[in-house]
Amino acid sequence: MTETLINIDNPVLKVRDLSISYEAGKYAVKDINADIESKAITAIMGPSGCGKSTLLRAFNRMHELYPDIQTTGTVYLDDTDIQKMSTIDLRRKVGMVFQRPNPFPTMTIYENVVAGYKLNGIKLKRSERDDIVERALSDVTLWDEVKDSLFKKGTFLSGGQQQRLCIARAIAFNPEVLLLDEPTSALDPVSTARIEDLLVDFKKHYTILLVTHNMSQAARISDNSMFMYLGELVEYGKTDSMFTNPKDPRTEGYLTGKFG
Amino acid sequence: MNSDKVTKTVLFSISLLVLIISAGIVFSLVGGAIPAFKAFGLKFIFTNEWNPTEGHEVYGALPFIAGTLITSFLALIICLPLAFSTSLFVAEYFRNTRVANILSSLVDLLAGIPSIVYGLWGFYTLRPFIISLGLSEQGFGIFTSSLILAIMIIPFATSMSTEIIAMVPDELKEAAYSLGATRLEVIFNVIIPNARSGIIASYILALGRALGETMAVTMLIGNSNVIPTGLFATGNTMASIIANQFGEASGLKLSSLIAIGLLLFAITGIVNSIGKYIIRKFS
Amino acid sequence: MTVNNIPVFIDNIEGRNKKNKLFRALVIAMSVLTVVPIVLIVSKIIINGIGQINFNFFIQTSPDSLQAMTAIANNQTIPGGIANGILGTFLIVLVSSAMAVPTGIMIGIYLYENQGLRYSNFLRNITEILQGVPSIVLGIISYLWIVKNITNGFSAFAGSVALSIMMLPMIIRSTEETMKMIPNEIREAAFAMGAPYHKVILRVLIPTGFSGLSTGILLSISRILGETAPLMMTALGSSVINYNITKPTSAVPLLIWEFYNDPNMVNLVWSSALFLMIFVLTLNIISGSLAGKHKTGRKR
Repeated sequence: MTETLINIDNPVLKVRDLSISYEAGKYAVKDINADIESKAITAIMGPSGCGKSTLLRAFNRMHELYPDIQTTGTVYLDDTDIQKMSTIDLRRKVGMVFQRPNPFPTMTIYENVVAGYKLNGIKLKRSERDDIVERALSDVTLWDEVKDSLFKKGTFLSGGQQQRLCIARAIAFNPEVLLLDEPTSALDPVSTARIEDLLVDFKKHYTILLVTHNMSQAARISDNSMFMYLGELVEYGKTDSMFTNPKDPRTEGYLTGKFG
Repeated sequence: MNSDKVTKTVLFSISLLVLIISAGIVFSLVGGAIPAFKAFGLKFIFTNEWNPTEGHEVYGALPFIAGTLITSFLALIICLPLAFSTSLFVAEYFRNTRVANILSSLVDLLAGIPSIVYGLWGFYTLRPFIISLGLSEQGFGIFTSSLILAIMIIPFATSMSTEIIAMVPDELKEAAYSLGATRLEVIFNVIIPNARSGIIASYILALGRALGETMAVTMLIGNSNVIPTGLFATGNTMASIIANQFGEASGLKLSSLIAIGLLLFAITGIVNSIGKYIIRKFS
Repeated sequence: MTVNNIPVFIDNIEGRNKKNKLFRALVIAMSVLTVVPIVLIVSKIIINGIGQINFNFFIQTSPDSLQAMTAIANNQTIPGGIANGILGTFLIVLVSSAMAVPTGIMIGIYLYENQGLRYSNFLRNITEILQGVPSIVLGIISYLWIVKNITNGFSAFAGSVALSIMMLPMIIRSTEETMKMIPNEIREAAFAMGAPYHKVILRVLIPTGFSGLSTGILLSISRILGETAPLMMTALGSSVINYNITKPTSAVPLLIWEFYNDPNMVNLVWSSALFLMIFVLTLNIISGSLAGKHKTGRKR
C-alpha cells in the first residue's frame, strides 16, 4: 500500500513508480510513489533489508556506479527528471552523507570541506575558500574545535567530529537536498544528539532525507516519515500521526517492536 | 637429549646461510674488483674508456653505467603509461569482469617469457620494424633495447599497482562521486592520492628489474663501448659487457668486469631498497 | 545559522564529461596496446618453432656448425635436436632444487616460527635484497666460488649454485607465507599431543602447507628455467649429453644463444624457444591452479 503524502505544495522531490533491482526479478525497491516536502526532515525507516538505503541512493543516482543495478520509474527534482540532468549537476544540488564517516584521508580538514569544489575543478579565490570553510564548519558547530588545526589531516578527529566534517563537506556546496544514510549509527549518543540538533537547524535551509534504523531518532526530529518493508513503501505520513496512529498493521508491528 | 633444542639449533644454523651467502657475495665482488680499483682508482667509475689493447689497458665503467641507467629509465618511462592504464583497466574501470581477468592473465604471461626469448623476438621482429620506420639503419641501439625492456617490466609494474588501486575503499570513491565528480576526477583526486606510495614503489621495483636485465638488452643494444650519443645510437650496459666478455677475460680485464658487477649489485640494491622502504612506509 | 552564498559557478560540465570519456578511451587503448606484444611474441614463437619440432628434436643432440651448413646448402632440414640441452637443463635444475628447496623451506619455517625477533626481520630484509641481485652477478659469484676453486673449470654444478641462490629467496618467502596461512590451532594441537618439534614440522606443517610450498617451488623453477647469462659463465655449454656435474653442461637457453650466434643454425632458435616457453608456461599454470586450490593466491 503506497500513499503519497497529501497536501504537499511544491514538493521538491517527486518519485513516480520507482523500482530498483539488483538481479532479474528480484526487487530491492518496488513501485515507490511519493512527494517529498521541501525544507522538512523526512525519515525513511524500516527493518534491515527493506530497501531504505537503496531508495535514498536513487535520489542522487548513485546506483549508476554499479552496472548490475537496474532502475525503472522516475524521480523529479524541482519538476525536472533527474535522469535528464547531468549527474554532476544533480549531485551538486543533492548532497550525501554516508553511514561511516569518510573524510578524505590524504586531505587536510580545510581541503576536505572544499573538496567538492576541487573535485569539480572550480577555482575559487583564497578568500572565497576561507569563507566557505569557516561558514560550513560553523554551521556544523565544528569551527571552534578545529579552527587551529585546519591544515592537519582529519584522521585525528573523533568519529562524531569526522561525521560533522563530512556534513560540512556536503553543505559547502549549498545543496537543495541533503541525503543522510544512517549518519549516526556508528556514533556515540552524545555525538548523535549533536548531529540531530544540527539537522533540526538545517531544515530551515535544506530539504533533508534521513534513513535511520532508529525509530526514536525518527520520532525525535522528523516531520514526515516513510515506513518501508520488503522494498515497498508501506506507509507515509506526518511523523506524529504515524507514530501515534499507524494505519497499516505492518507499520504498527514495526513501531511496537514486534519485528525489525 | 632435548631433540627440540637440536631442531631449533639446526633451523637457526641453516638460517645463517642467507647471511653467509650475502656477505660472501659482497666480499667476493669487492675482492675480485680490488685489482681494478688499485690500478685505476675510484676514477674507474667515471672513466669513459674500454681499451683492452695489450700493454695499454685502460678500463672504465662510465659507458656501461650510462647505458644501463639510460635504457632502464627510458624503459620505465615507456612502460609507465601502459602499466598505469592496465592497472586502471583491471582495478577500476572493468573491475571483476571477465575481460579484466583475461587481461591480467595475459600480462602475467609476459612475466614468464625468458629474457633470451624476448631478445630473439626483439632481434627478428622489432629490429626490422624499427629499420622499416627509418629510425635507425641497423635497428640496434638505446631505443630498441629500452622498448624491449619496457615490455619486460610491464608485469612487474602492473601487478602491485593493480592491487593497491583495488584496495582504495569504496566509501571514499562514493563520497567523491556524491560531490559530483566524474570518474576521471575521482581517479586523480581520490584513488591516486590514496594509492600513491604503492604505485611509486611498484615502478621503482620494476626499475630494479630493468637494471639487471642481461640477455634481451645484449642482443639489441649494439654493443659499442661508448656513452650513447642519441636515442638511436648504440651503446652497452653493465650486464651486457659482463655477459659478452667474461668468458675469456683474465687479469685486469676480469677484475674490471667484476668491478662492474659490484657496481651493478650496488645500484640494483639501492634502487630495490628504496622501493621496499616506500612500501613499508605506506603500510 | 548562516547559509553559504555561492556565486554562480563558472563551470564546465561538458568539458569535464568530455575529458572523462576521453581518458576512459585512452585507458582502454593503452591496455589493448599492452596486449599486442604478448600476442606477437607468442605467435611468432609458435609459428616459427612448430615446424622444427619432431621426435628427433627431443632425442638427438645439437648439430654442429658444419652439419648445419651442409644441410642448408642441400636444402634439407637441419639434423639433430636439443637433447643435450634438455637433459642439461634437467640436471642443473635438479641439483639447484636439491640445494635450494630444503634450505629455503627450513629458513622459511625458521622465520615463521620466530616472527617477532629482530634477527628475523633482519634476515627477511637480507633475503629481499638477495632476491633483487641480478642473475648475471650471481653468475660472477658462482664463477669465483665454484669454477675457480671447486670444480676448477666450468661445470654444471657451478651453474646450479648460481641458480639455487636465485631460487632461495623465492622459496623462503613462499614458505613463510604458506606457513602463516595454516591455522594456528593445527600447530598447537600437534604440540599439545607432545610431538617433538621436528615431527611437528615434518609431519604436520609441511604436509598441511604442501600445495602452498609446491606453488613456491614450481614458480621458482619456472623462473630459473630460462636463465641464460649466469649459465654462460658457469656451465658454459656442451655439444654432448653430460651427466657429470663437475663438467661443462648444456642447457636449453644456452643452446638458443649458440644457435642465435651461429649463422648456420639460426633457424633452430625458434623450436628451442617454443619448447622453453611451453615448459615455463606449464609450470606457471600448474602452480597457479595449485595456488587456487590452496587459496593462497599470491603470485609474486
